[in-house]
Amino acid sequence: MAAIIEVKNLTKKFGDFVAVKDVSFSVEEGGIFAFLGPNGAGKSTTIKMLTTLLRPTSGSMSINGHDPVIEPDLVRHSFGIVFQDPSLDEDLTALENLELHGALYGVPADILRKRIDELLALVELIDRRNDFVRDFSGGMKRRLEIARGLLHHPKILFLDEPTLGLDPQTRNHLWGYVQKLNNDEGVTVFFTTHYMEEADRVAKEIAIIDHGSIIAKGTSRALRSQTGTETLEDAFLRLTGSGIRDEASSSLDRMRVHGRYWSGGRR
Amino acid sequence: MRTISVMWLREVKRFIRSKSRIVGSLGQPFLFLIALGYGLGPVFEKAGQGNYLEFIAPGIIGMSIIFSAIFNGMQVIWDRQFGFLKETMVAPVSRLSIMFGRTVGGATVASAQGLLVLILAMLAGFRPVAWIGIAPALITMFLIALLFSSLGIMVASLLRDMQGFQLIMNFLVMPLFFLSGALFPLNNVPAALLMIARFDPLSYGVDALRFFLIGTAAFPLALDLGILLGVTALFLALGSFFFSRIEM
Repeated sequence: MAAIIEVKNLTKKFGDFVAVKDVSFSVEEGGIFAFLGPNGAGKSTTIKMLTTLLRPTSGSMSINGHDPVIEPDLVRHSFGIVFQDPSLDEDLTALENLELHGALYGVPADILRKRIDELLALVELIDRRNDFVRDFSGGMKRRLEIARGLLHHPKILFLDEPTLGLDPQTRNHLWGYVQKLNNDEGVTVFFTTHYMEEADRVAKEIAIIDHGSIIAKGTSRALRSQTGTETLEDAFLRLTGSGIRDEASSSLDRMRVHGRYWSGGRR
Repeated sequence: MRTISVMWLREVKRFIRSKSRIVGSLGQPFLFLIALGYGLGPVFEKAGQGNYLEFIAPGIIGMSIIFSAIFNGMQVIWDRQFGFLKETMVAPVSRLSIMFGRTVGGATVASAQGLLVLILAMLAGFRPVAWIGIAPALITMFLIALLFSSLGIMVASLLRDMQGFQLIMNFLVMPLFFLSGALFPLNNVPAALLMIARFDPLSYGVDALRFFLIGTAAFPLALDLGILLGVTALFLALGSFFFSRIEM
């Protein structure tokens, strides 16, 4: 099968810091690709470049046959994404967030209504559809965000740590739905996670990135035999070491504090 | 078109739902109207300039519009901070239509605010010279709002966080307001001040409002409207350029 995501020698520098260093990989159409790595390894930066949110320093990318730098609009037509950090409008209701997404992605009204019901049922928020997102707990927001990411049935689905903070039940539901989308509609899935058993169970192919470079690629079985370990988690630790990583505190974190101060009690 | 309308609707919904913001944003204009309108009124009258409340009411309407419009533009920073901006930035629609929907939405909200201040001014004793002038005055208010809403988005596209916001308020919004002739007549001011006011688009907005509401103006109406339209077009173009280049 042909590659739907093709990345060659991708590099991103922030000043002197090299976040992504000469990364190359490809994902086959209809594949489920897990992109694993410790905190700060360059996973999210890579996803941001693939999804047109960041321009790379050098290297080339092709998403569904289009270059995110040259033809961002065509690339945006090809994918859906569930972000690592929240990206909902808290001043709108759950339903309004989904409707807005449907409108932005041009989902026809009748299909949109059906899918919203289906997805809200999947993430068990159907009774809360008319509540404001700002009143939701962290886990509920996460679930709503996932429902939104699945709403328009894209060709490629990016999931950046989608199951972070979810209970095992919801995680199971989620991966079940994602696998069904992959099976029935041939949606290509590109995801990151810190839960190795998820990657082991769902991914058809895995790449491990550390310090901005890809250090291993292959199926779970290949990675385990390459490292002579029993589980994917052991293989991962063998490859990336067991030291704990810190992610640089982003300007975003500082901004959140400031924003809370500035906007007073409104949020 | 669908993109523009959903982004517009979002701004309007958020405005209608935040009652505290509506009430809060009326406090300052009301204070200005009462304290300046009645406080400086007698002096103004003795100087032979007529009724000061009538004179500053269009200026205060302009003030509430520029504050609200720029603030709405700056919502882009909030959306960046709370993540929602990303959702719109990866959507398969042109960033131009997103920016345009936001701008028009922000302008609608700011004009609504201007209208509320007009009503407030009428409660305080302001009477327009002719009722027929209300309709073109509303259109002018929307033009002013559009201009500063796109300016707000342009500035917000260049800022990464809230730190710069106070700076913008102090070095952009306040001077734009105070030097625009919103509070004083431009016919007898020192040449330097007049020169500055001539470079301030709000001067022309307030001037056009005065023409429609109280029947006096410092500049020809065609000049007022021409400059408003021209600068709005320029800011919209610049705003969409910078907005489309936002990186996360």
